[in-house]
Amino acid sequence: MMIERFEEITTEEQTAVAEHDHTVKVCVAAGCLSSQSDQVLDALKNGVGEHRGCHVKGVGCMGLCSQGPLVAVESKTGAKSGSVMYQNVKAEDAPDIIQSLGKKPVARLELKTNVPFFQRQTKIVLENCGEIDPERIEEYIAVEGYQGLLTAVTELSPIEVIDEIVRSGLRGRGGGGYPTGLKWTTVAKMDGPTKYVICNADEGDPGAFMDRSVLESDPHRVLEGMAIAGYAVGATEGYIYVRGEYPLAVERLKIAIRQANRLGVLGSKVCGTTFDFNVHIRLGAGAFVCGEETALIASIEGKRGTPRPRPPYPAEYGLWGKPTLINNVETFANVPAIVRKGGAWYAGIGTEKSKGTKVFALAGSIQNTGLIEVPMGMSLREIIFEIGGGVPNGNCKAVQTGGPSGGCIPADYFDTPVDYESLKALGSIMGSGGMIIMDDSSSMVDVARYFMEFCMTESCGKCVPCRVGTVHMHTLLNKIYKGEARRHDLETLEKLCDLVMNTSLCGLGQTAPNPVLSTLRYFRHEYMDLLVDGAEDGRGATAVDAQLLEAQS
Amino acid sequence: MKRQTQARIITLKIDGVDVAAREHETILELAQENNIFIPTLCHLDGLSEYGGCRICVVEVKGSNRLFPACMTPATEGMEVITNSERLRLYRFSILDMLFSERNHVCSVCVSNGHCDLQYLSAKLGMTRVEVPYLNPKVDVDASHEHFIMDHNRCILCQRCVRVCGEIEGAFTKGVMGRGVNTRIIHDLNGAWGDSDTCTSCGKCVNVCPTGALVEKGKSAGEMVKRRDWLPYLRLMQED
Repeated sequence: MMIERFEEITTEEQTAVAEHDHTVKVCVAAGCLSSQSDQVLDALKNGVGEHRGCHVKGVGCMGLCSQGPLVAVESKTGAKSGSVMYQNVKAEDAPDIIQSLGKKPVARLELKTNVPFFQRQTKIVLENCGEIDPERIEEYIAVEGYQGLLTAVTELSPIEVIDEIVRSGLRGRGGGGYPTGLKWTTVAKMDGPTKYVICNADEGDPGAFMDRSVLESDPHRVLEGMAIAGYAVGATEGYIYVRGEYPLAVERLKIAIRQANRLGVLGSKVCGTTFDFNVHIRLGAGAFVCGEETALIASIEGKRGTPRPRPPYPAEYGLWGKPTLINNVETFANVPAIVRKGGAWYAGIGTEKSKGTKVFALAGSIQNTGLIEVPMGMSLREIIFEIGGGVPNGNCKAVQTGGPSGGCIPADYFDTPVDYESLKALGSIMGSGGMIIMDDSSSMVDVARYFMEFCMTESCGKCVPCRVGTVHMHTLLNKIYKGEARRHDLETLEKLCDLVMNTSLCGLGQTAPNPVLSTLRYFRHEYMDLLVDGAEDGRGATAVDAQLLEAQS
Repeated sequence: MKRQTQARIITLKIDGVDVAAREHETILELAQENNIFIPTLCHLDGLSEYGGCRICVVEVKGSNRLFPACMTPATEGMEVITNSERLRLYRFSILDMLFSERNHVCSVCVSNGHCDLQYLSAKLGMTRVEVPYLNPKVDVDASHEHFIMDHNRCILCQRCVRVCGEIEGAFTKGVMGRGVNTRIIHDLNGAWGDSDTCTSCGKCVNVCPTGALVEKGKSAGEMVKRRDWLPYLRLMQED
């Protein structure tokens, strides 16, 4: 029986932990690895060779990526029991850390954890990130992992599982905010027998790294979510579409799938029941548009990754024409906790229409760059100034949310609660969770130009407005930024925004004008200042061509 | 209960005209049946729908969104508008995009006078292009014995790609690159003349709406595409 096996593993793990007085955790997610945390891990492992009662392990992301490599020490005995965190650790610091075990912590490396960055977060998706070794299924099981799946397949009917998700009020975390329960119901109602579950891990927004961190830090959580989804909608095959730029995430997913298959929580006869669920990995080849669900499906099928008009939605006609459930990494990562603790518990967190928590990646001009998870409804001000620690130099000007499909929200609106509806009302979107903070030195025209360039190069070329419209918009933004444009150019730009937004085929084109529209809405003066004839008297403030204008009159 | 196999019949309004339809029929099919004009470029009867040119977008009452007529199935009680002022302006803009994207110089084009793009702009009453031309440098592939692929005139409607794969079954034509750098290619981006898979059937040339695919030896305005066999496309696919 699977439940006894789980208990056995949990006991083994707890005994192992009990044997050690100190546990040293080193972050081995991509952020810290890029500053050589692997060397820190090796140095610590070699160093503790003679130090009994100490266990060194690699764990997932601890959140504060800007201070990496991060090391956390948990001690049960000695002068300082409890946990200590160290920042910017180098391999040379390993002896000092080992020396300090059970004594006073190394002061020069210590990172204070009683700050809002750690205190104000509510962790559901990230609860195991930075706690467990992502490459060992035993550690995941010891923290109640795969309990949700076991409960679902042995005690609940598929309809009861879906009910739990509906009750939780969970909405799609990929950006759209479509009710997850409704999506599951739709797929469950479609005729079988062949259905598919797809996990969208093609995270492409500039400055966003939530999905990568979850996959690198807690891959089993996503697999568990997918398997529960498969059971609920009646699918036996699952695909994870990961972008090829995430080799570490792919590596850890492969290990996780192998371990889960061996233990019997995935593959044929999941947890000893009659339910089969196999998970396959598919790699993206670097196209942003493949994050769009219909393009993603085409890409898995081996075709050119271009979107097609919906309806029919994938729930009806998806992978190889079969009903397909497609959710984002973070959505799946929420599922195990919901099944384990109940939908009502989840619905108790967040706002009326946006339940639960959301993971955000803080980037740009901010003190604490990193990964955070907060309840829905927290204000932008709290996120940026309290958790994020504010802007290091100068004033905070705006925050860009939702990547190339989102918009810029000026500092005046920072008291807005973060939920799907409020951000939409401000002309931005929740998006997948990237937050880029900009200070006084950023030109909003430049920001709009950057995102337009991104959309232009990432347009798949299928539909005319997006393929050509983005090029014209980029040319115009360039012209404005260089101070060579006139008022009629701005009018043309606005007209093109309207065209591309309304006539494009997929979400990429339909939302491509958003960065321009939102900066025009809140920072129109910046555009006007750059126009040759922008100011009221017919002269631009920057007036590159002021003399020219004079010569003409 | 036995499942219904007969398609349900529904009724809807297109431009105020009541029309009856089988479920799953598209708005475009219905409009054509009822002699209501909706401009199209990438659509061709008998080929799979592509939905890329966006010229056939229509409005549906009660929704702010625009729908491509070629791929939107009719639904009961739907009220479709095919010719509002808003749509007229969007269609002009889409033609602007197409004309500005590559080098469409009608006066020297072999398809002058026999071109779907040219015909459509005249029919819609287009008089000028409101955005600057991009004037890209693109190639002409004249390596094939009988045909020429002139990328200057290509609007990427992919009729040639679809007819090559779906009807001829040769899969010679494909697509490469993205955004404005998208190009129609032959096999693995080799010269057309070197293609082992091309059967030289000429279907791609005759379905091409512009002067992008033409026969060799034609001078300006001489390339008249043979369209008499197009009604059989649907039959060919059914076989």
